[in-house]
Amino acid sequence: MHREIIRRGMDSYDVAHLKGRARIKDWEAARQKCQEIRREAVNHLDRYLLQFEEKVVARGGHVFWAANSEEACTYVKSLATRLGVRTVVKSKSMVTEEIHLSPVLEKAGIKVWETDLGEFIVQLREEPPYHIVTPAMHLNRGQIAQLFREKLDPAIATDDPRDLMAVARRKLREAFFAAEMGISGANFLVADTGVIAISTNEGNGRLCTSVPRIHVVVTGIEKVIPRLEDLAVLWPVLATSGTGQGITTYGTLIGGPRRPGEADGPEEFHVVLVDNGRSQLLGDSEQREVLHCIRCGACLNICPVFRHIGGHTYGTTYPGPIGSVLTPHLDGIARFKHLSYASSLCGACTSVCPVKIDLAHHLLQNRRNATEAGATKSSERMMFRAWRSVMLHPRIYALGGWSARTALRIVYGLGLAGSIVDPMRVWNRYRSPVPLPSESFRARWRKDLDAN
Amino acid sequence: MPCFVDQLLPEVAVDTVKVLRRVGYAVEFPEDQTCCGQPALNTGYWDEARPCAEHFVRVFKNADLVVCPSGSCVSVIRVFYPELLAHSPLREDAISLASRTFEFSEFLVKVAGVTQVGATFRHSVTYHASCHGLRELKLREEPLQLLRQVDGLKLVEMVRFEECCGFGGTFAAKFADISGAMGNSKADSVDATGAEFVTAIDPSCLMHLQGILGKRRAAARTIYLASVLASQASSNPTNQAPANQGPAQGKS
Repeated sequence: MHREIIRRGMDSYDVAHLKGRARIKDWEAARQKCQEIRREAVNHLDRYLLQFEEKVVARGGHVFWAANSEEACTYVKSLATRLGVRTVVKSKSMVTEEIHLSPVLEKAGIKVWETDLGEFIVQLREEPPYHIVTPAMHLNRGQIAQLFREKLDPAIATDDPRDLMAVARRKLREAFFAAEMGISGANFLVADTGVIAISTNEGNGRLCTSVPRIHVVVTGIEKVIPRLEDLAVLWPVLATSGTGQGITTYGTLIGGPRRPGEADGPEEFHVVLVDNGRSQLLGDSEQREVLHCIRCGACLNICPVFRHIGGHTYGTTYPGPIGSVLTPHLDGIARFKHLSYASSLCGACTSVCPVKIDLAHHLLQNRRNATEAGATKSSERMMFRAWRSVMLHPRIYALGGWSARTALRIVYGLGLAGSIVDPMRVWNRYRSPVPLPSESFRARWRKDLDAN
Repeated sequence: MPCFVDQLLPEVAVDTVKVLRRVGYAVEFPEDQTCCGQPALNTGYWDEARPCAEHFVRVFKNADLVVCPSGSCVSVIRVFYPELLAHSPLREDAISLASRTFEFSEFLVKVAGVTQVGATFRHSVTYHASCHGLRELKLREEPLQLLRQVDGLKLVEMVRFEECCGFGGTFAAKFADISGAMGNSKADSVDATGAEFVTAIDPSCLMHLQGILGKRRAAARTIYLASVLASQASSNPTNQAPANQGPAQGKS
């Protein structure tokens, strides 16, 4: 059933995404433009980040540069304890998942509410988001109704999405008005104006960032873009790639705390800029463009591997192709190299990426990096060394091919295909054995095809 | 000729040669050729792939044109050799060779300029767009142009025909369960067309898919593009060995 839910979700995404792309006059030109903007930003990250910081500070905001997860979490936790925060409302943010902020706050006795509906659902289930854009896509309304009955209100007698929405809404409204601190991510940090840009659909983002008296933005350093006008193309392309929408329901720009005479907004405004391995990736000239990612989720949606195994199987904050490329850089190649191998290198991810990151080739480069770092199995290394010797000697190769076919023919002749003595048993688990020709092509060539 | 075609799918190579000769090219098969290096390259063993690539370049560098019945092998030569051989004395030769190396359908349509090769194949056929041919070499229309000209052939479109079949080289062994599941999804799509045959420009996809279809006892069988094009009114393709074919290189 799980796979069926995912398939249906992806099928409706496919339709919406294609329709959305058709609304943009020249999709390829839009991708090109987005790639150029992101490249300019990432190549001049130092300059644009400082410009952003300067503008935010001038408006009375605070900017904290966190080298890693620990520094970021400690900053937010100290701030919360210092200001007497007991309840936090969060709008959707993958960076806070990456640095595991919520457990840190909860350990300090602070109640944390996820307010994006999907995030709220997975929080109730005590599991990580399944997908970076649609965190609860693996659940149907029946499962969500059951969850709400168990966790929120045993009297829920419906699985009508509108009723379930109303239950969540009532619960979350209480949280919005109780919270002293709102935590959000940022889709973009706009350098020339010093504002953060947030793209949302549910309105929870606006409540999180305007009702509580403290607003903390937690985001990655790579999210900066040079100019406000860049949003004119980035926002619609992000929405189209993410959900197929022309533009999301809410586009919010926030530049600092409430100013004298303003009716709402927080008293304090903090931006936590998280590095957490990104600077190191910036120094990798081959894979720097991975930092161009705008977290739209398109590569997850198109990926045939993601479609078959789902988001939780990866065991990472960022699943799918972008996660498989990025995670070894953030959390170590030795532990996460297998993700780069869990791909047929089909290249579908590269073909949809709205900022044109060549994800498939980066997966291959990660494999090479893993091998060069000596992180692969010694048996595999030996196998490929032997393979090389064979391939450099055409006669040994021809003899080897003949011997392998002959040996396999004996194994199959004895009815042992798929058994422990069958060297092709992994292949034969899901496939019928490859028919074995008695002669190779080169033998036939010599016999009756060579015209000379 | 891709090594796995040479060793496991000789019919693919035979049919490739047949079609190339029929459209007027002289074909040679240098017997010193082995593998282009793709298995090592794609598994991350670039130090092992490099000498194979150099061997390939040495064997073929004097050919006028190289034709290979595999989009995947050609993409290694065209897209990855320049990077793999970045510090090799053979880099210039490799880049020059890459510009003269073509996938089979690409060669027929773009170089030879033919789509009508005089083939007759009275069967329903569906087309799977092999990933590397499609996305690395941008071959979208060429195979279909050739199939549309085949006398008697009924082309049936398959849903998600651009989605990977799940082969992926060593991926099929390292992540056998995922590869098998992807293969079965593709087989579902093939079944839904009701076509007798599924064809593609990569015999490796077809070798994998034939195994999946065979295990399911599905009605459809695989057949490599050149084998469709090699069929003529007098020949009887249903007597061919069960389908898969791999790439071949002929040089003219």
